[in-house]
Amino acid sequence: MHIILPHSNAHPPCRGWLPTRWRSWLILWLMLLLAACGPSDSGGLTVTGSTSVTPFAEHLAELYQKQHPGIAINIQGLGSSAGIRAALDGVAEIGMSSRELQPEEADKLDQVVIARDALAVVVNPDNPISGLSTAQIQGIFSGQIRSWDALGGPPQPITVVSREAGSGTFSAFGELVMKGKPIATLALRQGSNGAIRQIVAQDPNAIGYISLGIVDPTVKALAIDGVEPSVVHVDAGTYKLVRPFLLVWRKGQPLSPLGDAFVGYVMGTEGQNELMKAGLVKGSTTP
Amino acid sequence: MRERVIGSWLLLTALGALIALGLITYFIFQAGVPLIARVGLWGFLSGTRWNPTGNPPQFGILPMIVGSLWLTGGALLIGVPLGLAVAIFVVELAPPQLAGFMRPAIQLLAGIPSVVYGFIGLTLLAPLVRTVFGGPGLSVLTGAIILGFMILPTIIAISEDAMRAVPLALREGALALGSTHWQVISGIILPTARSGIIAGVILGMGRALGETMAVIMMIGNSVDIPTSPLQPATTLTSNIGLELAYASGAHREALFATGVVLFIIIMILNGIATAFVRRPAVSRGST
Repeated sequence: MHIILPHSNAHPPCRGWLPTRWRSWLILWLMLLLAACGPSDSGGLTVTGSTSVTPFAEHLAELYQKQHPGIAINIQGLGSSAGIRAALDGVAEIGMSSRELQPEEADKLDQVVIARDALAVVVNPDNPISGLSTAQIQGIFSGQIRSWDALGGPPQPITVVSREAGSGTFSAFGELVMKGKPIATLALRQGSNGAIRQIVAQDPNAIGYISLGIVDPTVKALAIDGVEPSVVHVDAGTYKLVRPFLLVWRKGQPLSPLGDAFVGYVMGTEGQNELMKAGLVKGSTTP
Repeated sequence: MRERVIGSWLLLTALGALIALGLITYFIFQAGVPLIARVGLWGFLSGTRWNPTGNPPQFGILPMIVGSLWLTGGALLIGVPLGLAVAIFVVELAPPQLAGFMRPAIQLLAGIPSVVYGFIGLTLLAPLVRTVFGGPGLSVLTGAIILGFMILPTIIAISEDAMRAVPLALREGALALGSTHWQVISGIILPTARSGIIAGVILGMGRALGETMAVIMMIGNSVDIPTSPLQPATTLTSNIGLELAYASGAHREALFATGVVLFIIIMILNGIATAFVRRPAVSRGST
């Protein structure tokens, strides 16, 4: 074994500082190794899934942990499909989903609707259009309607902004509006509600869809089929672009005491109040 | 004795890096190759429709390959002339103090996180492109301009080294024969340093091809084959980055398969670059 150590002659072994240095490196390495191998799961609760539900779940987990010190609740935003899969596989005790379960998923999972969230179709505040029909929105997102003047707006091409395949918001929009029609390939795709809002706020020709809870004055939420998107209209059932926020876990396997307590907290008065305060709508009893 | 200990420790660390590389390669291929086998290599590479969650799902990555080519080509069109000009200026023309200031400044360019580049592209350049040229603003052009600047440090550093390595005798000989400074640069320095410059360009190309975060933010990510630089597009890397968090099942496999394609392209590019760097013209120089 021939290993070249460039400084080995310049610093003879009796110098002393070299071994100390190496020893400290060695110790550091061993500590890192130990840290990496140490117990990573201290019996806490892992909740994983939809990035749309994540901020709300994080908020509730924080409040819950404040009331029950010493408890670790770990919220991971990986997307609805990933959360459902994690719950099915038992990787996480509880999964979060912002879309309805598919039949084969519902067979194997218990679910509670913790709240409902409306999807708002948003345009730039400078856009003169303030309402569209479902059919028109479908036409825009499927690429059949390409210009705003076909809808009574300025003669400008429409910039369609959508989410990426796999996101809960994307599949909810696909079911509620597109009814299975594919979204046009020319649509821009962004990885989060916030990114879509940012682009729509910048581009006077853009149209996108985001969670009603994060609509702010930088964008304009459209009335759909004549109904303004608002909590009142969602509650009354007149605004149709509504999706459930679900917590799911494996059927036939009771939740751990901590999991059960956390679900109870979320569904209880305080948890529900917090969710409503954050702009969500009470979940109906039947999803 | 100490030498042996240090030596084997270094060997172990070096092997660790190699093992990590091996594991990464193994897992990418293991996760991606089954899907390529199912879809067929040609169908995967030449398919124009990417709809991984559709029914039936479609896995064609041609839009991403074309997007990557557009973007990388555009970045090179901007980065190479600019980078070469800066390298020539720093090596040949700049007064020593200015060169001494420019070199760290250029290195600083390499230290800026790519998300910051992306943010600049998204908030400053994209609106500019939209108002000047039309289109959605998030486009191949926006991405290529920013990416061109991102690859500058690579191109400059390596071409600079190559030009400095040109033997003094060649330069003196040319000057003695009555050449002007520009004739020396264009007739002696550049041709002699050619292989090093090409290596720099290819490494810059690899950087452009591999960039993910900034690209996701700037090019709109539509899965359409772009026919003009003002159109949005998606690249091999940005599509993986955008969708991986949510993907499961065959969708996930398809993203890993995209990774396999990318891996092979980058390996080829690096191989070519290494071959050029090893050419004698560069390594012959004494300083």
